[in-house]
Amino acid sequence: MTRRTLLIAAPYLWLLVLFFAPFLIVLKISLSDAALAIPPYTPTIKDGVGAMFAELDFENFVFLTEDDLYWKAYFSSFRIALVSTFLTLLVGYPIAYGMAKAPDEWRATLMMLVILPFWTSFLIRVYAWMGILSNEGLLNQLLFWLGLINEPLVILNTNLAVYIGIVYTYLPFMILPIYAALDRLDPSLDEAAQDLGCTRTQAFWLVTIPLSKNGIVAGSFLVFIPALGEFVIPSLLGGSGTLMIGKVLWEEFFNNRDWPVASAVAVILLLLLIIPIVLFQRNQQKQQEAEQ
Amino acid sequence: MKYSILGSVAVAAMLGGAASAEEVRVYNWSDYIDESLLEKFETETGIDLIYDVFDSNEVLETKLLAGGSGYDVVVPSGTFLQRQITAGAFQKLDTSKLPNMENLWGTISERLKKYDPKAAYAINYMWGTTGIGVNIGKVKEALGEDAPVDSLALILDPANMEKLQECGVHFLDAPVEIIPATLAYLGEDPDSQDTDVIAKTEPVLTAVAPFVQKFHSSEYINALANGDICVAFGWSGDILQARDRAAEAENGVEIEYYAPKEGALMWFDNMAIPVDAPNPDGAHKFLNFIMDAQNMAAASNYVYYANGNEASQEFLAEDVIGDTAIYPDAATLENLYTTSPYSPKVQRFVTRMWTKIKSGT
Repeated sequence: MTRRTLLIAAPYLWLLVLFFAPFLIVLKISLSDAALAIPPYTPTIKDGVGAMFAELDFENFVFLTEDDLYWKAYFSSFRIALVSTFLTLLVGYPIAYGMAKAPDEWRATLMMLVILPFWTSFLIRVYAWMGILSNEGLLNQLLFWLGLINEPLVILNTNLAVYIGIVYTYLPFMILPIYAALDRLDPSLDEAAQDLGCTRTQAFWLVTIPLSKNGIVAGSFLVFIPALGEFVIPSLLGGSGTLMIGKVLWEEFFNNRDWPVASAVAVILLLLLIIPIVLFQRNQQKQQEAEQ
Repeated sequence: MKYSILGSVAVAAMLGGAASAEEVRVYNWSDYIDESLLEKFETETGIDLIYDVFDSNEVLETKLLAGGSGYDVVVPSGTFLQRQITAGAFQKLDTSKLPNMENLWGTISERLKKYDPKAAYAINYMWGTTGIGVNIGKVKEALGEDAPVDSLALILDPANMEKLQECGVHFLDAPVEIIPATLAYLGEDPDSQDTDVIAKTEPVLTAVAPFVQKFHSSEYINALANGDICVAFGWSGDILQARDRAAEAENGVEIEYYAPKEGALMWFDNMAIPVDAPNPDGAHKFLNFIMDAQNMAAASNYVYYANGNEASQEFLAEDVIGDTAIYPDAATLENLYTTSPYSPKVQRFVTRMWTKIKSGT
């Protein structure tokens, strides 16, 4: 009995300590006022619990609605995350499919190749892309050498570079769940479809894709959710015209020193993310139920 | 008995270990010291020096205001220093532990009082101006022999910028530097705190922003030196470093630094001890070490910035003390202005305007 309780309590405790408590702190700061002090907002815990509740108000959230910068940044982040998720799926699915169809003795190596980039720091890999995409970079030099271009392609510091960065960075998160789904597929289903008159293409679209739907959904969420709040990739590869909420958050926090407004931006971002997260959770649950 | 001897040996070893493990953690700007000084400090004092770098005042300030930064010595610039003193981020210096303070340069200490009125919290490390770095050959090629290289018109007049965009222009990504300069160009008070006056800079900057290849606060050193760009609006010492790198590379790139004739921002980077520094005693030792005349001279000779240490001047290399771009003559000094920190409301206005200028949103 106690063991069972513990087992149930553990994940809830995890959520409470690592998600709910920090969220409450951020929520509290978002309802405070900025101040020139350590920490830079008021009231703090030192002022007593009474003061903390007496001075709560929603002016920071009201402020966010008054300037079109914020909704434009949310919208632009949403669009960039959506497009990159789609591109990642487009690149990732064939790779996962190839891995699942590869002979058994190859699979461990292929899997290794997908995971290998994680052994190098993410930051260094993004920096490497700066070297590849810049005006005098490897890509332009190669294209010059091949005689395909006369003027360098301007890729670095544009949204295109941001898409490339996100697709590259999150690709393994797309490949692995799709591979897991495809790997479990019984090959005889495909054969049966072809026996019953499907062409290979039809069998792929009518049998393989629907049966790997769970992998596609899981992979897409794993890419979309972190891409929405991405800060490092747009600030290194993007230009001054790349508007993303992660950058707005940075400016509120560092340039304006306004932790309360920064926290309000973060709370809204979380609320926006809760919808896809709940959908994801539900999908996972359904999948588990289907397996049982 | 034997056991207790062993025990006391162990305790002594531990104590010894603890004593030799004294640490000082210093957080300074990147590329801002002669690194051999760090070793020299360790050998002289036996203290382990942990040296960490940052590249923006904002990052330093956020660490300080979050509390518990773990650093013993930090190097904020003037307006940031003033705000952080108000926030209670620093402890008062114990002058009895800083005998080398007598080496300081009165003129600079006096100017620093704008930010640290009682001279109680900080000592000046380096100071410099913000101005224009020019690749002479390329700029004259684009604008002709009489290009206004010593004027802000070079970078704030869209007609000039349109011609310069081909060879590349970088601006500091720091509104607190660009806005005062633009105000000086317009003939307004560069230290204005009035949002209506500050707003006058928006059309000027919006008109030239499309011709700026990048707003960035450190990449321009290499870009200038390599000849990738022909103009940078940046910090004096950085541009002089670019000049020297180009000269060393012998790549035919010739860089000059100009403090604009409309007036240039004079800034101060200062060392201070955070209120919650783990080792304030060691921090004082580091400050005293830095204020040694020869050490400070070594630092300036290396980074090409002027310092606030009068005694160090006799040890400065001729191309540092003799260069008016580093140690301005009296006339230029007259033409330098300082700024004050923006209030939170004005700061928000400035950040918002800056985003609008850069991204169009």
